[in-house]
Amino acid sequence: MGLKILTEHINIPGIETLEVYRKHGGYKSVEKALKTMSPDEVVEEVKTSGLRGRGGAGFPAGMKWSFLAKPEGVPRYLVCNADESEPGTFKDRWYMEKNPHGLIEGMITSSYALGANTSYIYIRGELMFVLRILEKAIAEAYAAGLLGKNILGSGYDLDLHVAPGGGAYICGEETALLESLEGKRGNPRNKPPFPAVKGLFQSPTVVNNVETISSVPWIVNNGGAEYAKVGIGRSTGTKLISASGNINNPGVYEIELGVPVEEFIYSDEYCGGIWKGRQLKAVVPGGSSVPILPANLILKTAEGENRLMTYESLSDGGFVSGSMMGSGAFIVFDDQQCIVRNTWNYSRFYHHESCGQCSPCREGTGWMEKVLHRIEHGHGHQQDIDLLVSVAKQIEGNTICPLGDAAAWPVAAAIRHFRDEFEWHIKHPKEATAPGAVYRGQLDTVTA
Amino acid sequence: MIQDEVKFSDAALAEMQRYISHYPEGRQKSALLPLLHIAQAELGGWVSPEAMDKIAEILNIQPIEVYEVATFYTMFNLKPVGKHVLEVCRTGPCCLRGADELIDTLKRKLNIEEGETSADGMFTLKPVECLASCGTGPMLQVRELFYENLDSEARVDEFLATMRQTEHEIPTWAK
Amino acid sequence: MAKVTIDGIEIEVEDGTTILQAARQIGGKVVPPAMCYYGPLKGSGGKCRVCLVKVTQGSARDTRPMPKLVASCITQVQDGMVVENSTNEDVLNARKSIVEMLLINHPLDCPVCDQAGECSLQDLSYEHGVSATRYEEERRTFNKVDLGPYIQLHMTRCILCYRCVYTADQLTPERVHGVLGRGDAAEIGTYIENMVDNEFSGNVIDVCPVGALTDKTWRFKNRVWFTKPLDAHRDCPTCSGKVTLWTRGEEVLRVTARKDQYNEVEEFICNTCRFDKKETSDWTIEGPRHIDSSSVISANHYELPVLNVPIVPNLPVSTKKNLPQE
Repeated sequence: MGLKILTEHINIPGIETLEVYRKHGGYKSVEKALKTMSPDEVVEEVKTSGLRGRGGAGFPAGMKWSFLAKPEGVPRYLVCNADESEPGTFKDRWYMEKNPHGLIEGMITSSYALGANTSYIYIRGELMFVLRILEKAIAEAYAAGLLGKNILGSGYDLDLHVAPGGGAYICGEETALLESLEGKRGNPRNKPPFPAVKGLFQSPTVVNNVETISSVPWIVNNGGAEYAKVGIGRSTGTKLISASGNINNPGVYEIELGVPVEEFIYSDEYCGGIWKGRQLKAVVPGGSSVPILPANLILKTAEGENRLMTYESLSDGGFVSGSMMGSGAFIVFDDQQCIVRNTWNYSRFYHHESCGQCSPCREGTGWMEKVLHRIEHGHGHQQDIDLLVSVAKQIEGNTICPLGDAAAWPVAAAIRHFRDEFEWHIKHPKEATAPGAVYRGQLDTVTA
Repeated sequence: MIQDEVKFSDAALAEMQRYISHYPEGRQKSALLPLLHIAQAELGGWVSPEAMDKIAEILNIQPIEVYEVATFYTMFNLKPVGKHVLEVCRTGPCCLRGADELIDTLKRKLNIEEGETSADGMFTLKPVECLASCGTGPMLQVRELFYENLDSEARVDEFLATMRQTEHEIPTWAK
Repeated sequence: MAKVTIDGIEIEVEDGTTILQAARQIGGKVVPPAMCYYGPLKGSGGKCRVCLVKVTQGSARDTRPMPKLVASCITQVQDGMVVENSTNEDVLNARKSIVEMLLINHPLDCPVCDQAGECSLQDLSYEHGVSATRYEEERRTFNKVDLGPYIQLHMTRCILCYRCVYTADQLTPERVHGVLGRGDAAEIGTYIENMVDNEFSGNVIDVCPVGALTDKTWRFKNRVWFTKPLDAHRDCPTCSGKVTLWTRGEEVLRVTARKDQYNEVEEFICNTCRFDKKETSDWTIEGPRHIDSSSVISANHYELPVLNVPIVPNLPVSTKKNLPQE
């Protein structure tokens, strides 16, 4: 059992209430920060901790905070990104549902550090039941003087509101989120200006993921240096991993960064191995937008080293033989799964979720989906495979926001590692479209 | 349900004002998404043009600004729907655990295709993208609640039987 | 002031100038194309991506290149910035890619489209497109819609540049049309049947880079290259009254705002001038309107010899030498 920074008390009955939460040390970081630390000191601790954004990009949180512009007389905002929509990711929903005060405490401490007096939690609209849990907890916090005017007699004021989305993956992109929070279509903004300069309501804004913000109280209580001791290298601290797919124990696991992938998949402490006694075929280790890796490459790097659950190890080998940590959504495929069908499914997702604002993404995501749909349904041509690679390349890097890349990478990676499965589908449409048909020719081979 | 004359309850209007109060002055449009949710919950699960016009009036914005937003986000139903809208996750991780089979079973049992409403007006089948419940798939959402691990015909039967007996809870804000 | 180098040509421009505007100050081949950016419309740009360029040096202070191609229409120059447009292969490849994307769902119905001859997408395709399509899926189609008595919306041709939305926002008191839906199902529309009806609504026709919004009073009357453009004005109580008349003989076939070589209007005009004043006697005629000689329209322009004028811009060098020097 590793250190539990976020989930130590999560299974205690009643932890969602202020009373029980406080009994287990809750809101200590608010007292400590507001009464004994300057905002800049809090920022410094977060910088020292090496905490990286847990939403997917992995950008150092303290550095992001230090970019925040602070012009006189202009309000600043902290917005929590709870628009958890990346396929495979459900850690934030699970965490907020079980431990709402953990996030609220993080919001107060972080807002204080940034000098924000109004903060928002933007939560995807489908999670209305979680919104109600958060609102209930926020009401408790107001009643206890932890929110509102002059918090705990410190002179610091903070209002905290929850705002629901309406069903749009793109609103997890921070500028689309801000547009949505302003009641508009979720079209990502052109950057620059970045939110740190012009964000919500044209004011300087920091947008952070639920898990990132919820990690701040521990850092304030124990010090950034203590946090940085956990993990390996630049992958400091712990990470919530959403484990899903064909495993015995799907769920959310808090791991100390650095656990070997093999242990994570097969240990009973985590995924508990592949279900139904089947074999591991592939893993998407960081949410649907990151490259899929076949079994051999997820367990070991191309150089034969054990792959670890860290930002660096999961991306070892670049896109040729590696992938990414992303949001920590670990999707496991057994040997009965069809990569073509799965790639089409993700492609349909990105087509459905493209905002349609910029042309490469609007047109390219639909194009890829249609070609993959044809291949999956037995109407592919051999040249379709190169066409897909080419279209993916045409989208990548040319769009306003990262959704273009997110749509292109899974297609490119599936073809990179499972090209013969695509070819088999196209050459043998009858066999490939038969119910339950799965290509079995490639397990245990390396194509990198 | 006809929405010719849209009238929101006092509780709904109060909830709308509560959301509007969360934003700085002149930024009342920010409350548009919450208002659409409240309207949809209050008006039988969908929002008509008349309801959207009413929201535009409350927020003091042009009706087109409401239409633009309501058509962008997939949660807002712009046509009448059945009593229970079954929003079934169809995305990758759920598919690994049988989402396609769940959708097929629902189609067969309700005798409808995707996007259609059953003859008795009880169920609308609306496949949706990932609902952040991948560890408990296959799953679906009805109004505010998740129904998870619907991985066998028996579980689906049980679910449908429960739904047939279920009246929608009054939204929390109206209590 | 900032010194910026584009395709090897150095120019000094005001701070805050975009790369695209700086390039336009130089003119010629260094100017990136623009399908969604429109100078007179605040907030436009950044969407179509055809103006992507490579910044090989961010500024004099920070000489690193920018990692990705950037949209030149919304990226401001920095002192010492070095930009590559027509000299950079990545840029040209990206542009070719994006033109392909813009065309996969386009109906390619130029022979029956009123915009043909003055269509930015047509020009762009000549310049950067390929002759064959790799797209074999079904194309997206929409029904034609009348937005009031004067404007027809042919959504199938639309490239979602948002220019008409900005126009309605910035020129008219109550916008009734907008972008509905999302992704490749997004469309321009009014949602419920609604007239786009106010004195400046006709300007959406002028700003539309393709044949998605066309003038119903001009519909199928003629091909634009058979008409003669004349600058004219009248004393108008609503707008400047400065327009271009598109005539055939004595007949005024249509009225538009005066546009520059980038298709940007000099001044927006009112609907009365545009739709109701179709007699030469309504106007004081100033003289022939100068049209950019590389445009299809100038193929029949009376200022230039009709024979041997390049209809297709940038013909291969071998054919070009037979043409008269401009």
